[in-house]
Order: sequence, then C-alpha cells, then structure tokens
Amino acid sequence: MKPRRPVHPFLFLAPTALVLGLFFFWPLAIVLKNSFYRWDLLTPPEYVGLSNYALLLSSGELSGTVLRTLSYSVVVVTVSLALGLGLAVALDRPGRLYAFVRGAVFSAYVVSWVAVALLWMWILDADGGLLSTLLRKLGLPALSWLGDPRVALFALAGVSIWKITGYSMVIFLAGLQDIPRSLYEAAALDGAGPLQRFRHVTWPMLRPSAAFVGTTSLILSFQAFDVVRVMTQGGPVKSTTVFVYAIYEHVFVNLRVGRASALTVVFFVFLLLLTALQLWAWRLGTARTGRA
Amino acid sequence: MQERWRAGKLAASWFVLLAVALLWLGPYAWMVLTSLRTLPEIVAAPAWPLPKSIQFEAYREVLHAIPVGRYFLNTVAMALGIAILQILLALPAGYALAKLHFTGKKVAFALVLACLLIPAQVTFVPVFTMLGSVGLVNTMGALVLPFGVSALGTFLVRQALLSVPDEMIEAARLDGASELRIIYGLLAPMLRPTLASLFLFSFVFHYNDYFWPLVMTTDDEVRTLPLAVALLREQGTGVRWHIVMAGNVILSLPVLALFAAVQRQILRAVTARA
Repeated sequence: MKPRRPVHPFLFLAPTALVLGLFFFWPLAIVLKNSFYRWDLLTPPEYVGLSNYALLLSSGELSGTVLRTLSYSVVVVTVSLALGLGLAVALDRPGRLYAFVRGAVFSAYVVSWVAVALLWMWILDADGGLLSTLLRKLGLPALSWLGDPRVALFALAGVSIWKITGYSMVIFLAGLQDIPRSLYEAAALDGAGPLQRFRHVTWPMLRPSAAFVGTTSLILSFQAFDVVRVMTQGGPVKSTTVFVYAIYEHVFVNLRVGRASALTVVFFVFLLLLTALQLWAWRLGTARTGRA
Repeated sequence: MQERWRAGKLAASWFVLLAVALLWLGPYAWMVLTSLRTLPEIVAAPAWPLPKSIQFEAYREVLHAIPVGRYFLNTVAMALGIAILQILLALPAGYALAKLHFTGKKVAFALVLACLLIPAQVTFVPVFTMLGSVGLVNTMGALVLPFGVSALGTFLVRQALLSVPDEMIEAARLDGASELRIIYGLLAPMLRPTLASLFLFSFVFHYNDYFWPLVMTTDDEVRTLPLAVALLREQGTGVRWHIVMAGNVILSLPVLALFAAVQRQILRAVTARA
C-alpha cells in the first residue's frame, strides 16, 4: 500500500531502528574495536593489534573453551532430543493424566534457570543430597558431581537436559499432531508393524521438527551461562568455563575487556556458523519430507 | 498379535508415566519438602524426605534476609515494561514492513532479521560501558531499554499483518482514522492471539532472566528476584538448603501458577516459533 505520507514508514520504524542500532549493531562494532585494545575499564585503552587473539590461541584458552562448550552442547542437544522424542511418542494420548504429566515435564522449561540450578545443586550435594544418599543406600559410590573436574561439565549438561527436554517434547508433540491419520492406516493396511510405522511414517514426518529443535537448542546451549554461574562458577579447575562464562569472567573478575572482546568476536563467529548449519538443516529437513 | 502389541504399548506408556512423574515431579517435591523443614532436621537426616512437622521457619528467614516484596515488584515491573514496550514498538514497525511501500523496505526487514543472530551475551560489554557513561547502570532503564525491541516479535507481528486485507485499512483511512488509530485501534485487536503469545513469552523470559540484571546492576534498589535467590546460597554457609529452597519456591511459584493458568497460550507461543 502507498503510505499516506512518504515519511510515515520511516517514522513507524524509527523507534525500532533506534533501539536495534543502539543496542545491537553499534555494540557489535564496538566489540570488534575493543578486541584490538588492551583495556581494564579504569585506565585508557591501549591499541595492541591482534595480540588478544594471539594470546587466546597460544595460551590454549580458545581451544579449551570451544571444546568444553561444544561437548556440553552436543550432549545436551542429543540427549534432550532423543528423550523429547520418546516422551512425545509415549505421552501423545488423550486423557487428563497424560496432559498433567506433559505439563509437568514442560514446566521445567518455564521455571528460571536459577531455580533449576539451585534445586539440582541441593539434589547433587555430596553430603546430604538426594542422589548421593540414594546411591549410598544402594551401595553404590556417590560421586562429587560438581567437585570433580571430569564430571562437573556433564553434571551441568544433565541438569540442562532436565530443563529443556520439555521444550523438544512439545515441538515433537506439535509435529505429531500434523501427521495425517490416513498415513498410519495406509501403513497398517500394508502390514507395517509399530516399529516399521515409526520408521517409515512418524520419523520422516517429524524430521523437520527434529531439525528445528536440534539446531535451536544447539544455538541456545552454546550460550549457556546461568547454570554455570550458579552451580560451578566455571570450576573446578576451569572444567565448566564455557564461552559466555569465560567472557563474563574476563570482564567482571579479571577486568580484561580486550581479551573478553576478542573471545566475544570468536563466539559470535561460531553463532553465525551454527545459524548457517541451522538453515541448511531446515532446508534438508523439509526437502526430505517433501519427497517422503 | 495386534492385541499383544497394544497391551505392551499401554504397559510401556504406564512405565513412562511413572518414570516421568519420578524424574520431573520428584525434584519439585524435594524442593518443597526441604523448604518446610528446619536446619537441625536437615543436618540430622538430610535425605529422609518427610518433615516431622510443617515448618515455615525457612520462609520467615528468607523474608527477613531479603526484601522479597521489593525484588518481586522490581522483577515484575521490568518484565512488564519490556513486554509492553516490545508490543508497542513492534506494531508500527510491523505495519510499515508488512503494509507500506517505501524505498529500503527489504533492507530494513533484513536488518531486523539480522538482529535475531545477536544475543545479549555478545553485546553486553559495550552496552554496559555505554549505559555507564550516561549514568544508566543500576537503573530500571538499563534493564528495560536494551530489550525494548524484540526482533522476533517484530517479525511475528509483520507476518500476522500480511494476512490482513489492504481493503480494511483503506476503508479505515476513508473513514478518516489516523494511521496511529489504525495501528493501535484497528490492527492491534485483530492480532490479539499473536500479541498475547508475544507478551507471555517475553514476560516469562525476562522474569526469569539472570544474565542481564546480573551484569547491569550492583545496587539492591533495582536487583531482581532471581539474583536475590541465587545470592541466598552464595551468602548462606554450608547446609542451609531449607532457606535456599524456600527462596526457590517463592521464585518459581508465580511462573508455575501463570503456566498452569495459561498453559495453552504459552505452548502456542513456543510452538509458533517452529
């Protein structure tokens, strides 16, 4: 439509442009600029060229951070995806009981990360925690879940899986709703058993949902922070220092804005790569279903 | 054969029900039970879940330790402010992007979408120093303004407006309605389901948010509830888990109640993104 006055569209977009410019694009440019400086927030910044990046590489900090963030994300995404799919198929039934249980699983996604992290810290508590006590009663050794550098990252991943599985379950449930009953009837007429029906009807039809959940939760897991800050503060011995926590620590604990900015730039590049992966997976997911 | 499968499937789904109830409701129950106990009980027998009697001592201590009411109001004010601002700004922007012809429209739309790729975790350092230089750190402004526009919200409003016929807008213009009246008086009510989803999603997300208030505030005056509850543990020594769990219950209950009340809309908001 023709705007009533030529200036109208620009007026309507002005507040949005102002906020996005001020809080999204401008800071992005500043992060890039800061990554070439050494700055402690107190004294004036000093230009150091690429040395922040060089230091991140040579100290092994970058590779360590990438590795930890990726291991955490991959575990969280694969397990929550598989669990969510299983729960969706098992709980896709009419009745109040099922609705209640679906709601219970999803509620963890609605509650704050802080609440979930604190709750699980108490459950995983080495002395009085529920899990350790149960394991001891069963005669099994109780691990120091958050105190052991080999275990802590996966303990955090477990807690995150508990929190977000409801999300993938809900997306899969919505996907299940869209599968026409006639497909199952046709498959049953062809003599397909339940497992075959899942393999040849349910799973192909759910593939776009899987691509969506998998990639969005990958991108979100990559940005994990709350659970780390509350439960482990990046420890023990840096074993849970994922990207955002490392950035946060550089700024607010070590006052190294330059190093933090360099790390942020790399983090942002990773996010862009993951988004490219996401677009590719969506296209693939929909293309395959188109043929199925 | 079919019968046996069906019976097996039912048994499996009962098993799943039981496991799910234990895995997801168990932790909640443990949280509430802990919050109703006293410190001596927890020290003596930490894992035995049933309290001898129901004690509200932990809640009294939480209320004594932190100004819960003030933090709760801060949190709600922040989340409400953000959700309302996002809707107020998304409507005219979405209207321009969906309905009006102007040069640079494609670029403007692409720039809005590009913001979906830029999370707060990337921008917080410059925003922190920028807000600091104008004296906004530790104010409600620092918590609300950076989230005044939701790129996703703008996109969803634009998508919803695409399906509104141009004729309706033409007719309103002929009736002499101003553009702002068309946007907020005619189109907004038509988009009620989209706006409700947007509002709920945004409200819950920012009520729960920990990262942004953590980096933007140091002052008790503007602190939010998630920060305060997390601090309960950091300040608490050792085993005072009953107090932390009481704080946890206070923090989660409003969101869980909201979820129970508008579960369908929240699920809609989540699945709409798929």
